[in-house]
Amino acid sequence: MTKPNYEALNVGDSLPSFTTEPVSRLTLALYATGSGDHHPLHLDQDFVRANGMPDVFAHGMLGMAYLGRLLTQWVPQDAIRSFGVRFTAITQIGERMVCTGKVVEKLEQDGEKRVRLELTCANEQGEAKHKGDAVVALA
Amino acid sequence: MLIDKKHIGMKVPPHSVHLTAWQLKWFAKATGETNPIYFDEAAAQKAGLPGVLAPPTFFFCMDMDKEHPFDYLETMGCDLMKMLHGEQSFTYHQPVYSGDVLDFDGEITDIYDKRNGALQFVVKDVKVRRQGELVCDVRSVMVIRA
Repeated sequence: MTKPNYEALNVGDSLPSFTTEPVSRLTLALYATGSGDHHPLHLDQDFVRANGMPDVFAHGMLGMAYLGRLLTQWVPQDAIRSFGVRFTAITQIGERMVCTGKVVEKLEQDGEKRVRLELTCANEQGEAKHKGDAVVALA
Repeated sequence: MLIDKKHIGMKVPPHSVHLTAWQLKWFAKATGETNPIYFDEAAAQKAGLPGVLAPPTFFFCMDMDKEHPFDYLETMGCDLMKMLHGEQSFTYHQPVYSGDVLDFDGEITDIYDKRNGALQFVVKDVKVRRQGELVCDVRSVMVIRA
């Protein structure tokens, strides 16, 4: 991995983006195991229908984990100072998640050179599911 | 019914988690992670790490790793079927690894509503410590629909 360089980066520069495989029922079962979140809204279609909804849907934190990968593929994890998201829409079965990020600010803070990033996890139609931000320290 | 704001300042029952490589391996598989420092103990060791590295959002999973993760909302009388995850954020101080024992200490720091109470927001701030040292601040905002 070539580490991004503070001086070479400009506001507006993009992080290398990626698109996931379609979210499947298996994805959600695996995420339930990995995360420990076995809420029936994500796993049990009988339960979901009995509560008036059409189908199970993805854990919000799955999308945030994808955005976490976007960050750690770009910088070593110990460079991440903060990371947050707002969950703005539900991710349905079959949707691919498009993870993108860009530099929105360069700043010096606590004696470090840092960049503030804007992050988005959207479906392929461009509907944002999660909007986030992160601050990372760069050399 | 609006949640009583007297609950602002309420402590969440604390809990501890023993982080295992087994759990991180499944999390990596579920999230499509391909970097072995996140799932393979030998690779982590080779990279000079004391264990498998917990990825950035895994602090949330550990915060939920208790018998009743939303006990604080139940105490407030919320219907958990009407709960949505609104926001999640982390401030990082130290990386954590498999083998670590982590202590989670939470407090309700805000309760507010929008649209005349149609949406209520409960903010929980959790300090995560390893042997007394602060490693992460975790903030979760849960939304309760009317």
